[in-house]
Amino acid sequence: MYCRLMSVPLTLLGLLEREPSHGYDLKRDYDAFFGRGKPLPFGQVYSTLGRLARDGKVVVSEVGPGDGPDRKRYLITERGATEVGQWLIEPVEPEPHLQTVLFAKVVLALMLDRPAEEYLDTQRAAHLQRMRELTEIKRSSSLVDGLLADHGLFHLEADLRWIETTGARLDALRKAVRP
Amino acid sequence: MTILEARDLEFSFGSTPALRGASLEIDAGEIVAVMGPSGSGKSTLLHCLAGILVPGAGEVVHDGRRLDSLSEARRSALRREQFGFVFQFGQLVPELTAAENVALPLMLGGVRRAAALRSAAGWFDRLGLEGLGERRSGELSGGQAQRVALARALVTSPQVLFADEPTGSLDSLTGEQVMDLMVGTAREAGTTVVLVTHEPRVAAYADREVVVRDGRVTAPARLAS
Repeated sequence: MYCRLMSVPLTLLGLLEREPSHGYDLKRDYDAFFGRGKPLPFGQVYSTLGRLARDGKVVVSEVGPGDGPDRKRYLITERGATEVGQWLIEPVEPEPHLQTVLFAKVVLALMLDRPAEEYLDTQRAAHLQRMRELTEIKRSSSLVDGLLADHGLFHLEADLRWIETTGARLDALRKAVRP
Repeated sequence: MTILEARDLEFSFGSTPALRGASLEIDAGEIVAVMGPSGSGKSTLLHCLAGILVPGAGEVVHDGRRLDSLSEARRSALRREQFGFVFQFGQLVPELTAAENVALPLMLGGVRRAAALRSAAGWFDRLGLEGLGERRSGELSGGQAQRVALARALVTSPQVLFADEPTGSLDSLTGEQVMDLMVGTAREAGTTVVLVTHEPRVAAYADREVVVRDGRVTAPARLAS
């Protein structure tokens, strides 16, 4: 089973597992680690937090202001933490151009002191399984179908190279994302 | 049925450990890719499985028999008779023709020269090397030389083929042709293949992959279907 999408709610939940946070601080951390030039709108942060609270994945505690003006402080619940854990462990569907999801998972796993290496191993296995299928298609089909399979193979290979390089840098990355 | 097994292998080059408790089971007829970063111990594991290196600790079992406790002479005979090898570089004897290179393992095993060359010729046809038998290695392209090396590895109908980065010196298209031939002939003959590679596209030809990291074989991830 694969998780399919880059998930803002799950990424925010992951940041809340690291520490309880105000919406403003949460947006700042999201933008710093995952925004990559596309800041998350405040409206989306608060609507997402509202839905997470409605679904019992976070609770609100009126503690006081953080760095920003808002007073609501959000805490992750057991249910929310379980969902983050399940999301991290599921490999991303091996299709091209999904590096951002892998990136978010690895960074969150390191922040939360979860086994990022195991997640990368699981993802490698998922990618190689798909590459085996495409290789078999190439070996048993027409040149035209083979060309299409090649396109997928080269993109998946690029993902795998990223996985290998990231795996080799986990110790340094851990220090970079965990002050 | 398990044909080859490594049990808790340890091996060091001087004071530098290369294997630290590597374990692996390979079934007969299986094609297994051994992956891992440079220096992780994957080639050392292949050399121990093939009886080229003797582990400092642990056991290598081939077809139900301990391989690591055999004498060098018996391991050498086993390699000649039951194993085939394809490496990345420098495998062909430059003084011999391509046909003589392929026939060499048979001749070393006691087959007469004429019969060995006849067997070798059959492999030239199967691997698309027609007409190249009289060339020496310097007169062959990289892909042709690697196919000759593959023919030499397969000419004795080995039980296990060990391939260490077999496409490492080839461009991707030529490497693909070599892998197609290797996997095709191995499946046809039921040959077990241990394939060391750092290239995902090469590993994708295998039935499964294992990853060697810091001298240990990591359990392959199980994917829910």
